[in-house]
Amino acid sequence: MTKKDKKELEVSKKKEIEKNQGEPTREGVMYVPEVDIAENEEAITLYADLPGVHPGGVDIDVREGVLTLTAKVDSRKEEDKLVYREYDIGGYQRRFTLGERIDVEKISAKMNNGELTLVLPKAENLKPRKIQVES
Amino acid sequence: MALIRWFDDSDNLSQMERHMEQMQRDMGSLWSFFRPFSSTAQVGVFPPMNIYDDGESYIARAELPGVDPNDIDITITGDTLNIRGKREIKQLSGASSYHRRERKSGEFKRAFNLPDKVDSSKVSAGCKHGILEIRLPRAEESKQRKIEIKTS
Repeated sequence: MTKKDKKELEVSKKKEIEKNQGEPTREGVMYVPEVDIAENEEAITLYADLPGVHPGGVDIDVREGVLTLTAKVDSRKEEDKLVYREYDIGGYQRRFTLGERIDVEKISAKMNNGELTLVLPKAENLKPRKIQVES
Repeated sequence: MALIRWFDDSDNLSQMERHMEQMQRDMGSLWSFFRPFSSTAQVGVFPPMNIYDDGESYIARAELPGVDPNDIDITITGDTLNIRGKREIKQLSGASSYHRRERKSGEFKRAFNLPDKVDSSKVSAGCKHGILEIRLPRAEESKQRKIEIKTS
């Protein structure tokens, strides 16, 4: 194990979503999930930490070059009396502007232990269109 | 000074809070860490934990997204509950480049003193959707018991 792997994890406080991203229509607080975004020739892959989110609670919306990730947290289990609190519970939302054309039909998503893996394959047939300027 | 356990049964919550405020005044900021009801406690230890009480058990939960349950190690030594583990974020191979890297990998450990009303032999744990849940059942003798008043 290298020294880097030995690093201890630090607490990062959850960040509430900015109100200028649009008011959430659902009640309750929404947080910004932490993500990794990787790209290779075939696809853009997005990993997001969504603890407490059921696989069915994730909503992914791509339109006009904007990807919106929304996740609901099942708060039913939080009905027990809270006696000590160190973290807050709420849904997650984050928007990304996509620089590449994405083949929306081929987007795939997978949840594993509260971690979302979202694969956004790049569109091959959607090459940049050249507009001829008529004189 | 009356002896107060913060983990006590808290049907008289407000009373307990009053006691804690009193103690806070007595002891300075030392107790601010244990003030559960005002706002989110600030701890510098990963992972942050919430503790619930369903009457039968205390339930401790922690958000550990992407952590393999096999990488979490929970032990009880005496009256100390230890949680340790690691989170590994897989490195991408090939020609991938990262645009964002916000998630971190590393090790973590936390320790809690169990209240003596917990039956430590019956502690159980599970992990679902990235939430670790440790169930700490109350010892039989600390469950609420109704005392019949006999009339003759």
